[in-house]
Amino acid sequence: MLSIAVWKFTSCDGCQLTLLDCEDELLPLTEKVKFAHFTEMTSVSEPGPYDISLVEGSVTTAAEAERIQRIREQSAVLVVIGACATAGGIQALRNFADVDEFRSVVYARPDYIETLATSTAIAEHVKVDYELRGCPIDKGQLLELLTALAAGRAPDLPDTSVCTECKRRGLTCVMVAHGTPCLGPVTHAGCGALCPAVNRGCYGCFGPMKQPNVPALVPLLRRSGMGDDELHLVFSTFNTAAEWS
Amino acid sequence: MTHRANRILQVAGLARVEGEGSLHVRTKGDQVESVELAIYEPPRFFEAFLRGRDFREPPDITARVCGICPVAYQLSACRAIEDACGADVGHRLRALRRLLYCGEWISSHTLHIYLLHAPDFLGFPDGIAMAAAHRETVERGLALKKAGNLIMETIGGRAIHPVNVRVGGFYRVPEFPELRALADTLRHALDDALETVRWVSGFDFPDLDVPHDLLALRDTDGYPLDRGEPVVSTGLRFPSSEFGEHVAEHQVPHSTALHARLDGRMFLTGPLARYTLNSDRLSPLAVSVAADAGLETSCRNPFRSIVVRAVEVVYAVEEALRIIETYERPDRPFVEVSPRAAVGHGITEAPRGLLYHRYEIDAGGRILSADIVPPTAQNQPAIEHDVARLVGRHAALDDHALVSLCERAIRNYDPCISCSAHFLDLTREHR
Repeated sequence: MLSIAVWKFTSCDGCQLTLLDCEDELLPLTEKVKFAHFTEMTSVSEPGPYDISLVEGSVTTAAEAERIQRIREQSAVLVVIGACATAGGIQALRNFADVDEFRSVVYARPDYIETLATSTAIAEHVKVDYELRGCPIDKGQLLELLTALAAGRAPDLPDTSVCTECKRRGLTCVMVAHGTPCLGPVTHAGCGALCPAVNRGCYGCFGPMKQPNVPALVPLLRRSGMGDDELHLVFSTFNTAAEWS
Repeated sequence: MTHRANRILQVAGLARVEGEGSLHVRTKGDQVESVELAIYEPPRFFEAFLRGRDFREPPDITARVCGICPVAYQLSACRAIEDACGADVGHRLRALRRLLYCGEWISSHTLHIYLLHAPDFLGFPDGIAMAAAHRETVERGLALKKAGNLIMETIGGRAIHPVNVRVGGFYRVPEFPELRALADTLRHALDDALETVRWVSGFDFPDLDVPHDLLALRDTDGYPLDRGEPVVSTGLRFPSSEFGEHVAEHQVPHSTALHARLDGRMFLTGPLARYTLNSDRLSPLAVSVAADAGLETSCRNPFRSIVVRAVEVVYAVEEALRIIETYERPDRPFVEVSPRAAVGHGITEAPRGLLYHRYEIDAGGRILSADIVPPTAQNQPAIEHDVARLVGRHAALDDHALVSLCERAIRNYDPCISCSAHFLDLTREHR
């Protein structure tokens, strides 16, 4: 039986919650894998090594930078889950700002607060074997990954854009038909085109696809009414520190 | 047990506090010298980086504060910004928001009840181990939780960090057949919710009666979820715009979560406060199952919060069905909201308590300042106080039993804190 450890770094808990949101699959899954460490779910914590570690969250403290090294040493396969772990998350907005100023806005005694000046992806610290994109990750992709690893095969994870999923669902293109700005052409697939399905443009929560052609998209976004400020903001959200170009 | 005059109980690594926390208890003889609930979750600086953002962004951005209650953040943010801009979404869109919020209550409460909290009462380390002995019970909980998530997916487009919420309403509103399908699921869920109340009411509850002031919203037409006016058990009530004049946060050295006081006193928000201040606003069915479960019209025992949550799930399922049955499809999915230079306040009832947002925006819609007061920050001093009382009262227990009791006590309040109360390490120190 595979042993799985789930680790939290700086994050909102949403990606590991996706495991508990597998309402139909959770109990059958526990017949195939054992959760040896999963703080959100269990008070039992078994020592490593672990077959698989799922890591949520970004590195924002010196202690986290050390902890991820120990987790890597204890893990045969290390999977990072979600935008914080794959790209630093929205808290990576500090990377482009003065973190001391941020600290003083939120805290009366900023000197009590330990934090790094940056929020970084796990892959900037240790070797990562697989990554699941998204803010949050997609339940279907998580189950595909775990069942593939349990079966000893390679997981089938997409590397195309949200556009391909949108087309597969037969949705009308919100940008072509309604002039709604949409990051679908440059955003990593995996969500199943959730936003176009509610008549909304994709806002990029799965981060950039492989080799995104942002320069080709920008004129279309401008034509849909986006100015410089809006263009800046829309690429500065949950994957702000990812490689958009 | 070996009796030691002085001891220090150390709990490192509380999980499920929207992050990370620990507990540090210091005793001298029979006296509890100090209890520190330290939330050492690294800060993410939301209030700092919201400055300069567009006034339409907070629903998406602040959802990311918490993966367990994103709707609470989205709707408090929407209400605050609409308050600043003088916008009213009208009763049809408001009903859909309330339906979405019912989904979050059902899902979050059920997660807490079945997977995080009930194992404490039945002596299991987690819901999976509990399922080995009580498979059908855990399956019932998972089905009920799934029904809550189905509401969030149908109305919000996604269960975690919904994509369909915007300032002014929604991007898309559902068609009648989608809601009919939802209602079919919810009718089964109501049976599961009723069974949940019966199940948890049979647990063994330690005695504890907390003296704190209680703070919750009070709504004119129903149990408080998506709106209302803050009321306190002392009889005080005040408009949302005066929240900051009554609830003040201050920083303590041992925690990255700020500590709040209500007019200088510690207080409690969340299920106990909501129920005690609003039990007369529950539906007749919820009132009757609460009575059958042994609840009076007020409840001040945190260990019984699991029963209150179960009653609130019954209410939320019923309320969701009522909204679906009386659904009038809005003509437009949202109302236009135009920015103006103003300050807005928004308060809603997150599953674990009152959640306040305040934004100051300029005439162009740029956010000048943001303030977010989550339930955990408000409850933290009261939790420390209650843990101190428990430790004082159960000083005869050995360290292991005492730490377990402290973990349980913390888990009573809120899934965010309670989950952190797992994997507690105990270190002993002789002073």
